[in-house]
Amino acid sequence: MDFIAILSIFVLACFVGYYVVWSVTPALHTPLMAVTNAISSVIIVGALIASAAAGSTGGKWLGLLAVVLASVNIFGGFAVTSRMLAMYKKKERPAVAKH
Amino acid sequence: MEHVAVNPWVALAYLIAGVCFILALRGLSSPTTSQRGNRFGMIGMGIAVVTTLVTHVPVTTTLIEGYDYAALIARIDYVAALEIVAAIAIGAVIGVTTARRIAMTAMPQLVAAFHSLVGLAAVLVAAAAFLNPVAFGIARILVDPLSGTPLAYILPVSRIEMGLGVAIGAITFSGSVIAFLKLNGNMGGAPIMLPGRHVINLGVLAAILLLVAYFTVDQSPWVFWTITILSFAIGFLLIIPIGGADMPVVVSMLNSYSGWAAAAMGFTLHNSAMIITGALVGSSGAILSYIMCRAMNRSFISVIAGGFGSAPDAGAGGAAKVDRPWKRGSAEDAAFLMSQAEQVIIVPGYGMAVAQAQHVLREMADKLKEHGVRVKYAIHPVAGRMPGHMNVLLAEANVPYDEVFELEDINSEFAQTDVAFVIGANDVTNPAAKTDKTSPIYGMPVLDVEKAKTVLFVKRSMGGVGYAGVDNDVFYMDNTMMLLADAKKMVEEIVKSLD
Repeated sequence: MDFIAILSIFVLACFVGYYVVWSVTPALHTPLMAVTNAISSVIIVGALIASAAAGSTGGKWLGLLAVVLASVNIFGGFAVTSRMLAMYKKKERPAVAKH
Repeated sequence: MEHVAVNPWVALAYLIAGVCFILALRGLSSPTTSQRGNRFGMIGMGIAVVTTLVTHVPVTTTLIEGYDYAALIARIDYVAALEIVAAIAIGAVIGVTTARRIAMTAMPQLVAAFHSLVGLAAVLVAAAAFLNPVAFGIARILVDPLSGTPLAYILPVSRIEMGLGVAIGAITFSGSVIAFLKLNGNMGGAPIMLPGRHVINLGVLAAILLLVAYFTVDQSPWVFWTITILSFAIGFLLIIPIGGADMPVVVSMLNSYSGWAAAAMGFTLHNSAMIITGALVGSSGAILSYIMCRAMNRSFISVIAGGFGSAPDAGAGGAAKVDRPWKRGSAEDAAFLMSQAEQVIIVPGYGMAVAQAQHVLREMADKLKEHGVRVKYAIHPVAGRMPGHMNVLLAEANVPYDEVFELEDINSEFAQTDVAFVIGANDVTNPAAKTDKTSPIYGMPVLDVEKAKTVLFVKRSMGGVGYAGVDNDVFYMDNTMMLLADAKKMVEEIVKSLD
């Protein structure tokens, strides 16, 4: 891909991000931060490339350390988001009262 | 630009991952679709990771020609493959354990800690790309005409992307570490002011930008590492002067930075999943910062410049507070008033989180409902230490989300409300924001609790003021009753009295 193609993806994605994020309900802003945090760990792609590459021992170990950090974030971020989202409940209707 | 031959299926897989991430955020538009959104996020991440793993199998020799899979399999470096799997597993165990154990009240510091990890990972990836640019497909091998040694010549565009990536990553890391220490109470929440800090900060920022520009003509290691070190320093310097109450803005801002760091690395790696994600996260954090700033009526620049609430003479919002008469109430009084009310609006703030009073608060609301009282919750956007902090805590306490309202949706209702129950909030209820032009919080949108027939104000003591250091006229109104105690204890007593 040439630079302009990549830049196009980036600019369009910024617009998509703008509209999608404004549509997020304020009640879910904390889960929003947790899940954006998890997905920004897609940087693990770079870490995996670095740790799989031969040719630089230093680069490989930096990559492996980055894999650990990013996967803490991926697993932790998605898990904590799902734990939070599971707590959001609607008012229970009398007919379907629990317990 | 010449690049490693990209298999179109691989590019497509990354694109699908990027679309999944968009759907993940889209799902958060309503609590009913949010879990599905989160699953889209996981699927997207799974696709991105698996695609990378199968296309970058560690091999014992560097160069692979085409897609000769038989030759590839013969050269797989199993030890390296195992190391990668182990690294993912270690991260997974730490991540899942932390996510399960963390208390909901500690969510702001957890998010700050997670941001710091993204920042550090970005720095490490950029450093790895700098050390081994050929593996990332961002360098050409040139042979030095004098010595005859091969040299990996990093493409200038990639140098800019790498320089910016490492700078943003390092700022995210050190800034988030400071934010974590402040939120976690390891470091005082008060702003720490260095003399001449604006000059120092601008100087360091300018130096970073100049070095990134210089990096395009000189790829010496000292340039790269100086950029890294200066960026670590500026992240630290930017966050220490910002006080605890401005943390919602800071956490959102760091969220945004972690996205831009991922995007910058996506440019380096020509990876659409990383670029889409980076743009999404970057704009998400930026919008949240904007919402938080608007809710405090402060400009982003003034938050970043820091030092809010530190001036001792700030805000003489009304006369000297020692001399003004106020009424003290007991738990029984509060219980009686609320049980007689038609509607009670609860206004929670950071103090509720500190006292962990959300569960007992919901019990109180349940008891009131048994008395036929309508109970609603009013959330100010900057209540707590991060966007949506109060909503999560109430959700944790099983408060149905359709009883919880945002400022603009409920503010007109206070006038028809019998009791406003303020617990652990202060500045977000201060009418001085509407009337007193000299007040430091003037212009900030506030909850109109003073319009309710009675205001019950749960507060630890009369001495403490809110983060802005401003006295609150609501304390001294005729229809206000101060309930001075620890928030949790007070609500527990009210619950007892309601029986």
